[in-house]
Amino acid sequence: MARWFSRYGWRHAVGAAAVVVALFPLLFVLAASVNPSGTLTGSNNLFAAPTPAHYQALFTDPLHPFGKWFANSMVIGLTTAAGSVFLGACAAYAFSRFSFRGRRAGLLGLVFVQLFPQLLAYVAIFLLLSALKDVFPAIGLGSRLGLVMVYLGGALGVNTYLMKGFFDTVPKELDESAQIDGASHAQIFFRVLLPLVAPILVVVGLFAFVATLNDFVIAGLVLTDPDQQTLAVGLHQLVSYKLGQNWGLFAAGALIGALPVLVLFQFLQRFIVGGLTSGAVKS
Amino acid sequence: MSRFVKPVVLGVVDAFAVYGLVALAGQRSWWLFAAMLAGTVAINVIYLGKRRVPAKYLAPGVILLLIYQVYVVLYTGYAAFTNYGDGHNGTKQDAVAAILAASEVRVPGSAAQPVRVVERGGELGLQVGGQVGSVARPLGPVAESDGWRALPYAEIVARQAEITALRVPVPGQGSLRTSDAVTAAMYRSTLRYDERAGTVTDPATGAVYRDDGRGRFAAADGTVLSPGWKVFVGLENFRTVLTDPGIRGPFLGVLVWTFAFAGLSVGLMFVLGLGLALVLDRPGLRGHRIYRSLLVLPYAFPAFMAAILWQGLLNPDHGFVNAVLLGGGQVPWLTDPWLARLSVLAVNIWIGFPYLFLVCTGALQVIPPALTEAAQLDGASPWRVLRHIKLPMLLAATTPVLVATFAFNFNNFNVIYMLTGGGPRDATSPVDVGSTDLLISLVYKLAFGGSARNYGLACAVSILIFAVIAAISLAGFRRARRLEAN
Repeated sequence: MARWFSRYGWRHAVGAAAVVVALFPLLFVLAASVNPSGTLTGSNNLFAAPTPAHYQALFTDPLHPFGKWFANSMVIGLTTAAGSVFLGACAAYAFSRFSFRGRRAGLLGLVFVQLFPQLLAYVAIFLLLSALKDVFPAIGLGSRLGLVMVYLGGALGVNTYLMKGFFDTVPKELDESAQIDGASHAQIFFRVLLPLVAPILVVVGLFAFVATLNDFVIAGLVLTDPDQQTLAVGLHQLVSYKLGQNWGLFAAGALIGALPVLVLFQFLQRFIVGGLTSGAVKS
Repeated sequence: MSRFVKPVVLGVVDAFAVYGLVALAGQRSWWLFAAMLAGTVAINVIYLGKRRVPAKYLAPGVILLLIYQVYVVLYTGYAAFTNYGDGHNGTKQDAVAAILAASEVRVPGSAAQPVRVVERGGELGLQVGGQVGSVARPLGPVAESDGWRALPYAEIVARQAEITALRVPVPGQGSLRTSDAVTAAMYRSTLRYDERAGTVTDPATGAVYRDDGRGRFAAADGTVLSPGWKVFVGLENFRTVLTDPGIRGPFLGVLVWTFAFAGLSVGLMFVLGLGLALVLDRPGLRGHRIYRSLLVLPYAFPAFMAAILWQGLLNPDHGFVNAVLLGGGQVPWLTDPWLARLSVLAVNIWIGFPYLFLVCTGALQVIPPALTEAAQLDGASPWRVLRHIKLPMLLAATTPVLVATFAFNFNNFNVIYMLTGGGPRDATSPVDVGSTDLLISLVYKLAFGGSARNYGLACAVSILIFAVIAAISLAGFRRARRLEAN
């Protein structure tokens, strides 16, 4: 017994303590979301008389079109994630497999331009999108596609750096043998390389999705019509005014909004474990 | 298949480009026209040729980057050298028009004359007898064929605000305005703009307002007319940040706290994440995957929601921490300067440690077991194995991630803004700044919060932040490459 403890037991004790710290706030949200009182004060009475009332209110009260916010967030998040992965992978392929003038400087330049947080460029983005609205209304102010384009402007950068590291771990002999078999550069990219670098594609896509879901500043700037807004913008408005009173609604909304990401992370965490560090260590 | 994809996509892109070029030419935006033309030509050259393969893969991302990131950074850099902000929004011409409009009063004794509100292609106008005028078109005779139509009542109601703001210039007399869409009266500005001298005069008092070179009309006695306009102010914004005592003090305080916040966040997340990874990384330990699945949850929960959640938990009166865990205590978690700093740090670590736990778990797995086994056979203690074999390899593998995490937390706007809003506010400072403000939230408040928005100053701080992060990241990536080379 003592031996078991010195070998495994204390590890379980540490792990359990960490799990408690990690989970108790999330359990609290769950409790608040089914708490009949709906206020912050009343929510401290965990799991007394659970009720689905807040969930029903979210989807029926016309004041906050929660269903639309959720759908908008998913569509915008998934489009941005797919676009970021595609654009990033293309650029990483160019940097990893071709030699051209300005290659090193280009890669560094990408990383550095990206260090400028888009949040700081709030006014510039507003002016840019107002101007675009006059020419291409589809990607101007007030358009969801316009917001996706703003996010995609940040698709290159650190992502490309991470992906290039991963591309570099795939031996070049693979491309060369495919080339000898008559494959074009596009076929090598799509058929040979992309399947092999899937872990980093998943990680980059996941992070792009999460970052999009979390943004409320740029999204709030671009999307003004309540029906077009995202979850982050909508929930922020819901709680920025009278947080205490809307606590139950917020809790229910936060849980539903977080659910897709929580599920994604359960399935994809092994890619984070493998994807982020294997590009950095070369054996 | 791919033989058809390329011409079709390129054709669609070119079609949109031609449409955009026509629209831009119609608006006489020649700079944008030139940029768009250059971009379209470049795209066609790249994709129609057989060579330039890397460019084919880089072009789409780079074009978006140029529009949405590079342009925006350049614009910020430009604005940092101007006085752009509340009261200095537009051009001098706009400012003159606004000043004259604001000082308009009804011409004494002028009779109200019957008018009709008319419309053509969305543009509103006023019709008096056989004459029509709009904002851009002074009142004058029109022909039937000109296409002005009387606005129906429903549209008058819908566009009320536009109609009451409508000013139709009448040459030599002033401008015609209506408040009820039925009658109009003549208005004239009490100020006069002298176009040749570039001055505004007030005939009633004789005061002359001159362009003071700082984007304002100022009289000899120091009174200024509002609004002003946007002008270059050189390095003044940077000088203000670095020398104005009212701003320098808070700025330096925020700078130090930003470094402390980002550094402590990364450091503590790494220690916690690595510690847990080491504890749970033991062959034969049951439930390793369950631990990992549960520990990842705080990171998977969207950060802005987590920050709001903790704001509720740490509420001094009703929050769970005070009311239940501390049995009714009154600890001011978010309102005492030092406790607030501690709170934002703790919450940020709660959000971020699972990420570094996952990364460290991954990094531990790629350390070849042969290395540690060999050391153990040589009689090295577990501590020495950790210190001399695992840690150096871990650091080499995780440095890029640590640098990126530092840069991210340096600008972690969401957590600060949602949890404390930067507060508690420093009441002694002339600018709106609080104990937990990071540089990025300070910039946000300078630029968009409060009453006197100073966008030029905010842009100057943005440029300084950018320089700091760039320098740190460059040093970090250099170090990473050196570690990698060893």
